[in-house]
Amino acid sequence: MIKLDSKIPEGPLAEKWTKYKETQKLVSPNNKRKLDIIVVGTGLAGASAAASFGEMGFNVKVFCYQDSPRRAHSIAAQGGINAAKNYQNDGDSIYRLFYDTIKGGDYRAREANVYRLAEVSGNIIDQAVAQGVPFAREYGGYLTNRSFGGVLVSRTFYAKGQTGQQLLLGAYASLNRQIAAGTVKLYHRREMMDLVVVDGKARGIIVRNLVTGEIERYGAHAVVLATGGYGNVYFLSTNAMGSNGSAAWAAYKKGAAFANPAFVQIHPTCIPLHGEFQSKLTLMSESLRNDGRIWVPKKKEDAEAIRKGLKTANDIPDEDRDFYLERRYPAFGNLVPRDVASRAAKERCDAGHGVAPTGLGVFLDFKYAIERLGKKKIEERYGNLFQMYEKITGVDPYKHPMMIYPAVHYTMGGLWVDYELQSTIPGLFVAGEANFSDHGANRLGASALMQGLADGYFVLPYTIQNYLADEIYHPEIDIKAKEFDEAEKNVKDKISKLMSVQGKEPVDHFHRELGKIMWDYVGMSRNREGLEKAINEIKALREEFWKNVRIPGSADTLNPELEKAGRVADFLELGELMAIDALHREESCGGHFREEYQTEEGEALRRDDQFMYVAAWEYKGEGQKPELHKEPLKYEYIEVKTRSYK
Amino acid sequence: MKFTLKIWRQKDSKSKGKFETYQIDNIPSDASFLEMLDILNDELVRKGEEPVAFDHDCREGICGMCSLHINGRAHGPDEDVTTCQLFMRKFKDGDTIWVEPWRAKGFPVIKDLIVDRSAFDKILQAGGYISVNTGNAPDANNIPIPKDDADVAMDAATCIGCGACVATCKNSSAMLFVAAKVSHLAHLPQGRIEAKRRVKAMIDKMEELGFGSCTNTGSCEVECPKNISITHIAKLNREFLKANLDV
Amino acid sequence: MVRFIAKTTVGQKFWMSITGLFLIIFLAVHLTANLMIVFDDTGELYNEVVHFMGTNPIIRIMEPVLALGFIIHIILATILTLRNQGMRPVNYHVHKLGHTSSWASRNMFILGLTILAFLTLHIINFWVKLKFGGVGTVTIDGVEMEDGYTMVATLFSMPVYSIIYVIAVLGLAYHISHGFWSAFQTIGWSNEKWRRILTGCAYCYAVIIAVGFSIIPIYFLIK
Repeated sequence: MIKLDSKIPEGPLAEKWTKYKETQKLVSPNNKRKLDIIVVGTGLAGASAAASFGEMGFNVKVFCYQDSPRRAHSIAAQGGINAAKNYQNDGDSIYRLFYDTIKGGDYRAREANVYRLAEVSGNIIDQAVAQGVPFAREYGGYLTNRSFGGVLVSRTFYAKGQTGQQLLLGAYASLNRQIAAGTVKLYHRREMMDLVVVDGKARGIIVRNLVTGEIERYGAHAVVLATGGYGNVYFLSTNAMGSNGSAAWAAYKKGAAFANPAFVQIHPTCIPLHGEFQSKLTLMSESLRNDGRIWVPKKKEDAEAIRKGLKTANDIPDEDRDFYLERRYPAFGNLVPRDVASRAAKERCDAGHGVAPTGLGVFLDFKYAIERLGKKKIEERYGNLFQMYEKITGVDPYKHPMMIYPAVHYTMGGLWVDYELQSTIPGLFVAGEANFSDHGANRLGASALMQGLADGYFVLPYTIQNYLADEIYHPEIDIKAKEFDEAEKNVKDKISKLMSVQGKEPVDHFHRELGKIMWDYVGMSRNREGLEKAINEIKALREEFWKNVRIPGSADTLNPELEKAGRVADFLELGELMAIDALHREESCGGHFREEYQTEEGEALRRDDQFMYVAAWEYKGEGQKPELHKEPLKYEYIEVKTRSYK
Repeated sequence: MKFTLKIWRQKDSKSKGKFETYQIDNIPSDASFLEMLDILNDELVRKGEEPVAFDHDCREGICGMCSLHINGRAHGPDEDVTTCQLFMRKFKDGDTIWVEPWRAKGFPVIKDLIVDRSAFDKILQAGGYISVNTGNAPDANNIPIPKDDADVAMDAATCIGCGACVATCKNSSAMLFVAAKVSHLAHLPQGRIEAKRRVKAMIDKMEELGFGSCTNTGSCEVECPKNISITHIAKLNREFLKANLDV
Repeated sequence: MVRFIAKTTVGQKFWMSITGLFLIIFLAVHLTANLMIVFDDTGELYNEVVHFMGTNPIIRIMEPVLALGFIIHIILATILTLRNQGMRPVNYHVHKLGHTSSWASRNMFILGLTILAFLTLHIINFWVKLKFGGVGTVTIDGVEMEDGYTMVATLFSMPVYSIIYVIAVLGLAYHISHGFWSAFQTIGWSNEKWRRILTGCAYCYAVIIAVGFSIIPIYFLIK
């Protein structure tokens, strides 16, 4: 039976973290080298945490499924990273970043965690610059900023359209330094298959060596999961092909609560779908909304003509263009938060104004910006994004407006963690997108990089010590213990079960089907009937999967189909939990929009009296209904308001 | 579209490989090269054959995981893209396409089209970093950097570590990869402190791991999906010379 | 420093560049001297140049240095090429480098071997004869000296030799068209701006070498 204790320190908001650090338990240097930490995942959170632990003197083992830590999907983040530096002298502050994040998250995030995030945000920029991250600069040599959706200040630091790449390479470099120093050992092409819990504490993991197929076991005094989000449950998303929810799912099944699984971010600016064979969706950075104007034709017949290829965007005069975001939200215009922008695009397309051949697309137009700033300036700001767009679509965005449509991008939900980022399993810490803690029901742009690095560089290195201080009495973890045997046996059983089905359909078939169900019923807009249908359809698909999946080859060699099958098997369970959570949350907030709960103008209608809590689900066994636990959210320093960007 | 594929198949690192021929039809011109392989694999699985193994992940040209030597060129015939962003409209209907893994002593084949690029990690571990511990950093604006230097550093830092430079080089040289990191850090004041140690260590490691020497043919910069210029190699040579003159 | 020269390919390449640049300068001197042949039908001017080259102490000192330059350049090229040959144990079935790099840049060793073969012939035909006799003498302004002019004229009266000579010179020009700027790149003297200047210079210099040296056999053929 899970008990949720968020362990928020006493005292005023602004002093909580300082106070925590001053009073927490520490581990002495000579004891640090006797303690092992496992870090799973090498994205921003995992790499920064592993590097920092190594620097502190712990023994670290770090795992990634790719061939190198640098491949982690943090690398694909384009736009930037927020920090309350106030370098622009535009009135930014820690409180304002905190406030924007809570508000952006539609009042479903924990105050203390978010405040701490804002507090350490500045240190991240300092750290990254010291590592050699080449952020954009002014001619005077100082750092420059851009603005992002949902805020009224410019606090986003960026490195061209490759901010995630540069930050990850910075963390990866620090990790490399520790690998060379011998404090961190890297295990690449390894996928975590199960968590090992001994006497109620996380004590190790079981992994599959993806090259040899061998099942390996590793023990440690603490385990950190930094395995990213589960957006790939939708099959088509902006996630990498290998991004998966399996490590988090394994932890959930071992007793870690899963919080707010229904909170998924649909990103408004992605390249629209163009065919059945498509394997993924490509994001165009939200930063484009700084200078691009979003519109659809006012007249349905124009939209139809564009869909049929009879007219192009440039044939539509300005007065026949509906800049619907500027119209609906004059204060924020094209820079409304992502959930708002996505829903508005869906609303226009559903009303018949969509422009891509499928009818699912809106224009993002740079004509006006080019007129205002000149082509050169636009090229400087977005050159690589424009080039990428042209490569993919074959259309020149300098001449024709881009076509965009929302796509699944980020999951705010994740494993439940307390103030220390510790899950409901002692010794299991969760960082980055894999946890639920900071973004509430909607994440603001450029905040994912901030959160991943805050967790890894500036939170976990403290909080994990508070836990490990009591572990110094514990000798080396015995990986021959029966709990390891059991976990390994379970993994092997699952693999042989998958291999023995030998049905007719490839794994991707089931993944696509699941994706369709999720997108149609647990996507941008949800309702009771659809969610109930989704739950039933997912169950049926899961049964079908276990009867009819076909995995060629063998399990004792490199086998990409087997890897995918394991992940999809977990998605088929996780998808159901997402639908259950979405069904239970009878309100609209952030990325979770329930059609039954909207204002007359079609805006989200929150129900704070009933749903101002974190929904943490506990696994109750196969085929059993998960149990809901509620962590009430208290807002002491922020006045809870209806979120308005008008 | 319709294609004849000649794909390198190799069971594992120890086995000998060979080319297999596959006919494939009904490929949309909007499909990416990897999506074309997905379609092929889907057919193979349905037929009960083992699908073609290839590395890939982000499929948006930034993770550097995809590779493939296509019709004699690293990342195929399009310019400035990785294989995942190569679209079938770049080929002619009915083309025969040769698909080979990266070939270099430093990149042994693991299976089919998958190679082991951990040598790149090892080169970076030898010195591709600035030694700053978490929490050591001064305020970011305490280190002003001329915009031009920052821009050049960024151009070099944009390397995705895919290995196309090695794959295309007639000498299998990793100089562009090493140069990109050395040049990135050497252009920044915070990177200068360790510049000498770094360049020596990285070059030693590169040579130890079995990469050829640079003969300045320039193929690497043409095939580099991120367009990294070989003037960074000149910078590397300069740094190396400086480091060695100072004994 | 020893480690730098002997143990890393980057160091070896550095010395190849230094010797290469030295040889490039030598070629300029050589070409200047050679061209004297076309300005004076009587051969007196050329013979005086040959005499000067054979007796001037600075040139005498530079001769073994030049030989050493050649030897280092050739030995390092061989070491590096052999090493590079081993770096791709399994070759590509298709490897298209045609439009990603120049032919010369990919075939520097072959071009080098061509030049070496010609060099051997060249040394036997000119240098050995001049040094160890076999050339008649003339007296100009009271000084007795080797009649280099007649020797050259005799050799180039053979069309086969002239053709071989021109082919070798073209090979040399190709070698230089890459080698010239490549040497600067290898010693680190290049950036986006200088790269354009140096590659431009490389092509110009290659053309000068090709045309300049080819003028002599052509001159004798049409004379």
